Parts: sequence; structure tokens; C-alpha cells
Amino acid sequence: MTFIKTFMDGEQSLFKPGSLTRMQKITLRFIVIGLVYYGFAVIEGMLMRMYEIEPFSLISENQFFAILTAHPLVGIFGSTYSIVIGAFLFLVPYLMKKPIWSVNLANWSFIMIAVGTFVFWSAGFVSHYAPLYTLYWPLPADFTQFSPVGGAIFILGLALVMVGAGFFVINIFKTITYTPEGWDKQPAGKLFKSAVGLSGFKNLFRKEKKEHLVSLPVAAIARGTVDMALNTLIILFTGILILVFMVAAIFGKDLSHTAVDALLYKNWFWWGLDLIADGLVLIFVAGTWYLLAMMLTGKKLFMQNIARAALLVELVVSWTVWSHHLLADQSQPGWLKILSGEFVTAFELITQGLAFFIVLVTLWSARPLKMTNPLKFLLGGLLGFALAVPAGIMQADVGLNRILHNTQWIIGPHVHVAILIGLTMTLYAAVYILFPIVTNGAKIYSQKLVNLHFWTHLLGGIGMGAFMGMAGLKGMLRRTLYFDGEYSLYMILAGICGALLLIGFLAFFYNIVMSVGFKGVLGIFTPSKLKTKEILPE
Amino acid sequence: MVDSNVVLVGQTVAYSIYCIVILLLMGWFALRVTRAGKSKIKPALFYTFVAFLVVLGVSLHIVTYNTIPWAEMDLKRHELTADKTFNITVKNHEFILPEEKLVINIHDKVLFDVTSEDLTYGFGLFRQDNSMMFQMQVVPGHRNDILWQFNKPGVYTIRSTEYSGPKGIAMIVKDVVVVLDH
Repeated sequence: MTFIKTFMDGEQSLFKPGSLTRMQKITLRFIVIGLVYYGFAVIEGMLMRMYEIEPFSLISENQFFAILTAHPLVGIFGSTYSIVIGAFLFLVPYLMKKPIWSVNLANWSFIMIAVGTFVFWSAGFVSHYAPLYTLYWPLPADFTQFSPVGGAIFILGLALVMVGAGFFVINIFKTITYTPEGWDKQPAGKLFKSAVGLSGFKNLFRKEKKEHLVSLPVAAIARGTVDMALNTLIILFTGILILVFMVAAIFGKDLSHTAVDALLYKNWFWWGLDLIADGLVLIFVAGTWYLLAMMLTGKKLFMQNIARAALLVELVVSWTVWSHHLLADQSQPGWLKILSGEFVTAFELITQGLAFFIVLVTLWSARPLKMTNPLKFLLGGLLGFALAVPAGIMQADVGLNRILHNTQWIIGPHVHVAILIGLTMTLYAAVYILFPIVTNGAKIYSQKLVNLHFWTHLLGGIGMGAFMGMAGLKGMLRRTLYFDGEYSLYMILAGICGALLLIGFLAFFYNIVMSVGFKGVLGIFTPSKLKTKEILPE
Repeated sequence: MVDSNVVLVGQTVAYSIYCIVILLLMGWFALRVTRAGKSKIKPALFYTFVAFLVVLGVSLHIVTYNTIPWAEMDLKRHELTADKTFNITVKNHEFILPEEKLVINIHDKVLFDVTSEDLTYGFGLFRQDNSMMFQMQVVPGHRNDILWQFNKPGVYTIRSTEYSGPKGIAMIVKDVVVVLDH
């Protein structure tokens, strides 16, 4: 097969877009767009890495901070939300063996998230709106530094993403609870209770335990989706508040910033944001680990009832940990710092540690296993969280936070290792295991490229996090610039590791395009000829 | 009071050892999981691991509270008397310092009381090698104070440790705090 033919038709011409159901196409659209936005985030990350080594004239300081604002939002919402939402909209009906509640709503989720991300990214690119994702009050409404028009478009883009996320939440819970046409009446209330963990909780106090109506991976998706619903509401509410100030400024009215209490605002906004970082991410990841372990071994999960209970604990923990972000805020009540900031946060070490242990034992119980692509990326994902969660627990300490807060330590060994190695490698494992199912049997073009992707991503991600962390321990702050080469050595080494990440992504992207072919990529975006609501072709 | 650099060295050593152990463990697991062999794990090992995590998670904070001297002082600062207080205002991306020089005698407990009149800023003290002595957030409309005991002579730079827009990167007052050895 010639290179051109493979490029056009995919590996062995196995991928046939015409054979895909509507839901398969939507899932693949989410994944393609998620990967494109991941590419945005990687390129932005590399530009910032180079700028941190030495600022260059192509990018102004204002542009740098606009990139710094867009980078995590594109990474989380444009990329991770897209891939996760696409995968879960496929997996929930697939695992429950019933059609999705609404294919149209799933498509609208895709449109809202894809378009919303592009809107806020381009608003930031053009207007240099740069309050960072933290939006500390009153910075997002500081119109001496930022344009209210650019800011309003930016916030509008974020709002579109949140609406798309809201559609996903509705679709997931309706799919779990509804009765498909021609089916016997489904016990909606009981299914809901089982999914969010209420019936499991009651089981603790029953002599005769009731059977769980939904599988463990679906329960994990449902519980993470509860956090997604809550953070969507918080981010939407905050966005509307900021928009009020922007619209007033556009019409020449200057509203008083003191109308909003900066510390109260910081509490509620971090409560919402932390439902992503310490809520749905950890719950979704644990659920994905469990699913992968069961699919890879063909066995039941080790200690599955405890795993299910731990997911419920994680959900409750995620509602009460936000104060670890305010340990450096001296007006934050001390009891909140100790209780929420330190001790409840430490529960994440326990819940995530349990998930880590359960998955490893489940894999171990099925040895010898073949080192397949999903398995190797799953092990990478497990390693990422094993490195990043203890780093987070250390910084969520009243004593250590005093010398770590807002340094590169936070964003390196904790955030980037958690996201790039822990989360992203887990997502890659899911992509590799779902690829033949979602594409009706397409094959990966090159195993050598998969291996290149694995090693460059693993070494690049861990290395970048490590060198950023070393700079942080030497006092290098995040969210600022250094002009006298104070941390050049660390930044050069982190830049080299960033380049490895970029190489890994390009290898992966090229491999996927060659697997499905250019025509295949285009075919994903054309309407499906199969009008069925079923997930897979009959 | 132990210097914050000493605490960072301790943290670096502990975390580095942990990282090496977990990397080796995962490497070993990846090799062994592909080979045939004993695969049964007793639930007792699981419960032991859970107990280990609980002890680790709780003891970390108890250990640091009792070994990092500023942790307790910070939480009880309103019950303590400062040897010196510096009132600092931040406005329009500038630190407005007291008229007198920021000179501190060694072993003094000093209260830095920082007020923001517009945005959320940070307040950090940095050594001459750019390493951080301590930091706090400066939130408008709220009291932002930190009590710190200086046990080493030196010259320190004030720098905003929180992003407050692109203008914030210039919020550096070099070599402005002096700790004298007498």
C-alpha cells in the first residue's frame, strides 16, 4: 500500500466512515476536536516554555499572559472535556446496553464545547484578555488593563462551553434513568440512586444487601457528572457576574468593585473550580482505571464494593477540599485551613491510593498480561497520579504552603504531572482500547509511533514537571516573568522536556490520521447514513 | 526559628526518595505483570495499605505542625506580640512602604500588615539568591498580615507573588528589608 493511499484511506482501508452510527461519529468528533485543542495547548505550552527561557519580541508581555490564560482553559475544556465527554456519551449507553437518551443533545454538547473554546481562545488572542483561569476579583473586571469587549466575548465563549457541559450532564442522567422505546418500564429512581451511590450507602446499614443496578464504571461516570453539574453552575454564575461589570463598562458605567467581597468570591470560585481538579477528574480517572482494568483482564475488580464506596467518599471529599487553595490567604478562617485545607484534602491520598492499589491488584491477578498499548498507557497514568497526588498533599499543608504557594512547584510536579501523565495517559489508554470499537475495527497504523509517543510523553511530562519543581524550590514563581536569566538552566531543561511532549503528540496525531485516513477524518464530520439511536451498527 | 531553606531541603530529599521508589516500583510491576507467577493477593494486604495511607495522610500535617516553626506561629499570630510592625499599602501595582527603613534586628518577630486598595496581589520576601523566605496573598477589603521571626542576618527583596495583570510583573522592591546581626 502506497503512502498516499494510506494517507487518504487509512491503514489497510479498514476505516469506513459510512459504517458509523450517529453516536460513533459524535464520539469521534469529540475526540478529533479534543486532540486538535490538545495540539493548541501543547504549542501554547511550548511558546511559553521558550519565553520563560528568554522573552522574545514576537510575543509581547500582554500576549504572553493571554496565552497563559487560554492555555489551561483550552487544555481542560477544549481538549480534556471534549475527549472525556465524547468517551462517556459513548460508554454509558454501551455499558448499559441501551441507546443514548438524545443523540441531538450529544451533538449540541459537541458544537457548544468546540465553538465555545474557539470563541474564548480567539477573544484572548485578539484582545489579550488575561485575568488567568483563577479570575481573582476584581482582576477580570479591571478595565484599566483589559478591554471589556474582548473580556465579554471571552466570558461568552466560556459560557457556551458550560452550556455544552450542562447538556452532557442532562444526557448522562437521562440515559441512565430513561426507558427506551419498546422496553419494560425502567426503575428510574432506583437507577439514579444506584448511580450516585445512595443505594450503596444504604446497603451499609442493611442486613440483606441489595444488588447494584448500575455497573461500577457507570457509577463513577455518574458521580463525576454530579461534580460537573455543580462546577458548571458555579462557573456560569461567576461568568454572569463578571459580564454584568463588562456590559456596564461597555455602556460607560463604572460599577464599584467593592460590591463583591474578594475573599468570599475566591472561596466560591475555588469551590467550583476544585470540583474539576479534585472532583470530577479524580472520580472520572478512577472510574476509567477500573473499566480499563476489567477490560484488560476480563476479571471482576479486586475489592469492588470498597472501590464503589471510595468513589462516594471522593465525591463528598471533593465538595469540602477547596480551602487548600486559600492557605496563603490570611483572612481565611484558621479552622477552614486546617479542616478543609489539610485534613479533608489528605483523604484524596487515601481515595486515590485505594484506586491505585485496587487497579494494580486487579491487573496482577490476571498475570501474565500482554503489554498492550492500553496497558502501558494505563500504567503511565497510574504512575502520574502516584507522583502528583503526594506532591499536592505536601503543598496542602499550612507550614509548607507558606514557601510553596504560587511557585513553579505547584504547577510542575503537581498540576502538570497530574494532567499530562496521570490524566492524559489514562485518556490515551482509553482511546487505544476504544479505538477498534468506535471505528468498527480500524487498525493503528504504526506500533513504532505508539512506542515513540509513549516514551516521549512519559519522559517529557515527568521531566518537565521535575525541572519546573526544582525551579520552584529555588523560589521561581508561576504567573510571572524573569528577565535576568535567574532560572535559565531549569527552564532550558524544562523546555527540552516540553519539546519531547510536542514530538510525542505529533507522532500520535500523525499515527491516528494515518490509521483512519484523511478521507476518514473528513467522513467523521459528515452526517451518518444510519438513522439508528443505537451505539453500534446492528 | 529554622530557616525556610532548611525545610525545603528536607522536603526535596523526602519527595525525591519517594519518586525514586515509586518509579522503581512501577517499572518492576510493568515487568512482572507480563510474566506468569503467583497472582493471589490477600485482602489483609489491602487493609494494611489503607491503614498506612490514613496514618501517612494525618501524620504529615501533625509532623509539619510540630517541626515547622512558623506553622503554629501563623495560626496563633493574633495572640502573639510583634517586636516590630510594618504597615504596607499596595495600589496601582505598587508597594507603598513605610517612610522609615525596613530594618529588623536578628531574632525579632516582625508583623507585616499589608493592605490592597484595588486588586488581589501577593506579598513575598525573597533572599538575594532569589529563593523565597515566605509569602502570603493580599486580598482587597481584608486584613493580610503575617508574623515572621528572622534568625539570620541578610538583605531581602519584596515581590508580589500573585498575578495581578501584566503590570504586576514589575512589582519588585529590591533589597529593601535588612536584618541586622546585633
